[in-house]
Amino acid sequence: MNRRTVIGAAVAAAFAVALAGCKKEEPAAQKTDAPRAIESAAVRIGSASPLTGPQAHIGIDIRNGVQLAIEDANAAGVEIGGRKVKLELVAEDDEANPTKATTVAQKLVDSKVVAVVGHFNSGASIPASKIYSDAGVPQISPSSTNPKYTQQGFKTTFRVVAHDDQQGPTLGRFATATLKATAIAVIDDSTAYGQGLADAFERTAKEAGAKIVAREHTTDKDTDFKSILTKIKGRNPDLIMFGGIDPQAGPMVKQMSELGIKAKYIGGDGMQTPNFIKLAGPAAEGVMASMPGLPKEKMPGGAEFLKKYKAKFNQDVELFAPMGYDAVMVFVDSMKRAGSTDPAKFLPEIGKTSYNGVIGPVAFDEKGDLKNAPITIYVVKGGKWEALETVSPQAAPSSAGAGSGKK
Amino acid sequence: MDIFLQQLINGLVLGSIYALVALGYTMVYGILGLINFAHGDIVMVGALVALTVVGLLAGSGLPPIVILLIALAAAALVCVSIGVTVERVAYRPLRRAPRLAPLITAIGVSILIQYSAALVWGKQYISMPAIITPSEIRIGGAQLTDLQLYIFLLACGVMAALLWFIKSTRIGRAMRATEQNPDIAGLMGVDTNRVIAFTFVLGSAVGALAGLMVVLYYGLGHYFMGFMLGLKAFTAAVLGGIGNVAGAMLGGLLLGVIESIASGYIGDWTGGLLGSNYRDVFAFLVLVLVLVLKPSGLMGQRVSERT
Repeated sequence: MNRRTVIGAAVAAAFAVALAGCKKEEPAAQKTDAPRAIESAAVRIGSASPLTGPQAHIGIDIRNGVQLAIEDANAAGVEIGGRKVKLELVAEDDEANPTKATTVAQKLVDSKVVAVVGHFNSGASIPASKIYSDAGVPQISPSSTNPKYTQQGFKTTFRVVAHDDQQGPTLGRFATATLKATAIAVIDDSTAYGQGLADAFERTAKEAGAKIVAREHTTDKDTDFKSILTKIKGRNPDLIMFGGIDPQAGPMVKQMSELGIKAKYIGGDGMQTPNFIKLAGPAAEGVMASMPGLPKEKMPGGAEFLKKYKAKFNQDVELFAPMGYDAVMVFVDSMKRAGSTDPAKFLPEIGKTSYNGVIGPVAFDEKGDLKNAPITIYVVKGGKWEALETVSPQAAPSSAGAGSGKK
Repeated sequence: MDIFLQQLINGLVLGSIYALVALGYTMVYGILGLINFAHGDIVMVGALVALTVVGLLAGSGLPPIVILLIALAAAALVCVSIGVTVERVAYRPLRRAPRLAPLITAIGVSILIQYSAALVWGKQYISMPAIITPSEIRIGGAQLTDLQLYIFLLACGVMAALLWFIKSTRIGRAMRATEQNPDIAGLMGVDTNRVIAFTFVLGSAVGALAGLMVVLYYGLGHYFMGFMLGLKAFTAAVLGGIGNVAGAMLGGLLLGVIESIASGYIGDWTGGLLGSNYRDVFAFLVLVLVLVLKPSGLMGQRVSERT
């Protein structure tokens, strides 16, 4: 009952906004159309990311990517439904704050953007997605990896980055196929992220025929892992997988070497940080971890993009600018195919996207997750993370669904 | 057998750190009947000060042992001043108040120290520069580092010295007198305020040493690390009989070994039903059992007579 009214309200709201959008646009278009037929119409694209605070460097990176895409598109000339269109950027700062994110989302919707690239943090993307969904404005997050983001049943949410549930199976396949691990010990930190990652890893590794010799748990506050590691040592694994973040992974790797455990060590993006190397010290050498996305140098359009970005902003790409760039291009591509800048009309086209962007081929599954999202495995070499191998999870959508069901 | 021996060694090293921290709880409790919840956070401050000093001196070319001694001195200085200030400002005015008041004050002080540390050092995990490279020692199939051995021996040494100090020196005698009855001790010419302040000095200095050991052993520090450490050490003190110095040592070592053995074997014992993350449950279960069977703890006698 309740749900139905909510959906009803959402549909009504979306419809109302769509109508309002049409009403406003048409007279404006007519006015300009009558005297000068070539005059272009403005289409606003929103960008939402943290532009201030400790994560500002990543947020500005995203906004720059969006800006670059809009300028490139305008320079090339965008023609939609036989009408010349000029794209405009509306950039907002969500401060990486979930509450601020909803305010920003409302602001963007009110300023009649037709599509939004954002937000950076999963914690911001998830609450904001409801507002975009209610308004019928499509949203592509360049960076949010929490599986929940696309599992809310919204038709407007997409992302161009692999999500957390795709990492576990990818790690599992990498461990069994590439590392040829047969006896694996799995440890997690008892958090939603860590345990989810470890469970998904364990399932895939088992299916591939590896033996899980120990399944241990710690917490995200512990720093003493000697007794679990001692137990694991007795089981003689050739690989230890940890689902968790760097404050635990660092000391754990250190204690492994103190106990003389020679097994390889692998984990997820939570420990793929410079801080991990600091915490683990020399023991970090050879440790592997996955990270969604391709290394920026290895993206199909990477070299050219990096050069263009550097020339424009006089700084290097941090991380997610290519994703932001491609998100805009996906919107433009969908508008062209729909022949309309009306979100209600081009939204269905986004799901059918098949676009070759800077980050590689972009296509979405039924939930709005990136199909065949690449995940890169990194290894610590000479005190630095180095890209080792990039894996595209073929079976990602199905195993991702199973992983999320378990939560 | 190797595995069991290894778990035992892990437990003893962990336990010796618990025991050092537990000393601070038990000495203050013995004399004031107050559970000084801020002690764990004083240890945390000691740990972070030591970390900072080592970080500053790491590139200076001084021999590691000198750096560590300077770090210990700095940590002890800061810890002792905090300990004495807390006693003077927060606990002394409440000495005659109902017992609940100082207890709640102690929790307040603990939170105050935690978040002051968060302001100074930030909320990130801070890593320890690797100034010493521990070498490995093998004992009958078990592997340990010389650092672990030093931590264990030093902790035992400090505890033995403390026992001797309380038994045999003049101020130690004054401490025991104050512990038995502060009013009568005062009548006999013992300056109880001085003795109590000295107890905090001693406890905080030992806490600073424990803090240094923790950062040396684990290689990282965090503003919240004192909370769990303090809770475990407090448990150790209660296990051994709070108020009793030898009991705190026994309790600390015992708790460390129980935790270590439990997380190593609990999964096998319960057929995989309970994982190693239940080790704390197991440790606290032992505590409950001891308290039910022997309410004053393993070595405590006088606790129930007081109050």
